[in-house]
Amino acid sequence: MTQKAVKAGYENRTGYLFILPWIIGFTAFTLIPFVALFYFAFTDYDLLSSPGWVGLDNFIRMFTVDEKFLTSLKVTFFYVLTAIPLRLIFALFIAMLLNMKIRFVGLYRTAFYIPSIIGGSVAVAVMWGQLFGLNGAVNGIIGLFTGTSPNTSWIANPDTALWTLILMAVWQFGSPMIIFLAGLKNIPDSYYEAAVVDGANGFHRFVKITLPLLTPVILFNLVMQIIGGFMTFTQGLIITSGGPLDRTLFYQLYVYRQGFEFLDMGYAAALSCFLLLIVAVLTALVFKSSSAWVHYESKG
Amino acid sequence: MMPNTKKNASRLTVHLVCLLIGIVSLYPLVWMVASSLKESSQVFVSAHSLIPTSWDFGSYISGWRGFAGITFGTFFKNTIIIVCSVVTGTLVSCSLISYGFARIPFRLKGFWFATVMLTLLLPGQIVQIPQYIIFYKIGWVNTFLPLIVPAFFGSAFFIFLLLQFIRTIPYELDEAAKIDGCSRFGIFYRVILPLIKPALVTAAIFEFYWAWDNFFGALIYLGRPQLYTLSVALRLFADPSSGTDWSAMFAMATLSLIPPILVFFIFQRYIVEGISTTGLKG
Repeated sequence: MTQKAVKAGYENRTGYLFILPWIIGFTAFTLIPFVALFYFAFTDYDLLSSPGWVGLDNFIRMFTVDEKFLTSLKVTFFYVLTAIPLRLIFALFIAMLLNMKIRFVGLYRTAFYIPSIIGGSVAVAVMWGQLFGLNGAVNGIIGLFTGTSPNTSWIANPDTALWTLILMAVWQFGSPMIIFLAGLKNIPDSYYEAAVVDGANGFHRFVKITLPLLTPVILFNLVMQIIGGFMTFTQGLIITSGGPLDRTLFYQLYVYRQGFEFLDMGYAAALSCFLLLIVAVLTALVFKSSSAWVHYESKG
Repeated sequence: MMPNTKKNASRLTVHLVCLLIGIVSLYPLVWMVASSLKESSQVFVSAHSLIPTSWDFGSYISGWRGFAGITFGTFFKNTIIIVCSVVTGTLVSCSLISYGFARIPFRLKGFWFATVMLTLLLPGQIVQIPQYIIFYKIGWVNTFLPLIVPAFFGSAFFIFLLLQFIRTIPYELDEAAKIDGCSRFGIFYRVILPLIKPALVTAAIFEFYWAWDNFFGALIYLGRPQLYTLSVALRLFADPSSGTDWSAMFAMATLSLIPPILVFFIFQRYIVEGISTTGLKG
């Protein structure tokens, strides 16, 4: 063997030694479960007896019998289509405010970011539910301004329950805000100075410089937020437990109910398969459309 | 003088807007702390008020008692054990793996790296049903193992984060150490590891947040109150069917948020940089 071949063999072994944890972990915790997902989706399985093959039954049930499946799909789409754009627009607006050279910027940024840092916790979800409850602080504050407190629980009213969760999502605008802020700081001041010399007003500068140069960051935020939006679970379980009238029955919450409350693991697996398809198609669509609206600076 | 006045006026507007958003951002949290200090019967009387009529720390004592004879001490302990193990596992495994990908040429590297990138885009929740079935079959349900062990085998997010960081370290440093007689592991341990400390801190903080907040995993895997983490315990504590003691509930919720908020204030710089460069965190 040549010395080079010996060296390559050694590098090969050490390389595999370093990534061995990944190979084991990926196989055990991602690949095998992923393959198993497709198997269980075609079975009837309650964890206790052995899984029985039912062919396409689970999928037929989803589309022909199960109205809650369609309800949860609608709820989740409505949530993603409203909460994500509102959160991103708000995040961009605040990021632009914080990008100005004003005092106390660090203080503001910290205050705005705290809701996001603790946002996924049960503590915050419980708190939100009480704020918007019948005797909650929100009604009290409305009472301060209007004289009479509304006699309604925002989370128990079918018309407003989902909106309180959307509001919570907007309240946690911190992470996309910081990503936008980093993007804004990358835009050279000279672009704006040149635009001012050419007589462009603030609106023109925003549309012609800020937005186009920010499109890669917008794309990134959009993809991350859409995927995250479809996985919404904790808020729906803790604040409204899917109600009232299934108005906040998020898709993931429905998967949880089928799998862990009704022990219908086969059906829950089929639901997960369908969610995978939705997320994959949406992500692909966003990426595909991006060539039309995302502006990459040409290198060189 | 005119332009200056105009500038000052617009600055004032910006500050007012920021102040308003700051109040909206923080009001719910201050309200929660205030409610924890109110007497339970007073929480929803003039609920919006932030100042308790009488300061009552009793809710912290009654809340700490927990339920089913298990105090919040147990829930805190469980959470801390899981979070510390997960953070340790992530740092050890991800730093090794990312070094392997960044610096060592080996066969099928492209393939294995593609699995990392695919896992990055695949939301973990998609495979939670089959994962649960597997852990159930091997008898790991009702132990901490399903929450801890996977962290020791790398996580795509952090491998990617550390990899990006290692790529900025000049290759000459590796070469110099090699000439000095360092083995591959020696280079990793003595040269690379000290240099990627800031990235390791960032990864540790984010993994801390995810593990501390992990509700779904704790909910499905930990079925016995002795094993509950804070998030599951808080959920049961706030059970609407059992006449919740709300000020005690808010007291424990407040306590459960202190560690994440402390970490935020201590490591703010790393958090902001971490998000800016990688877009981590929901």
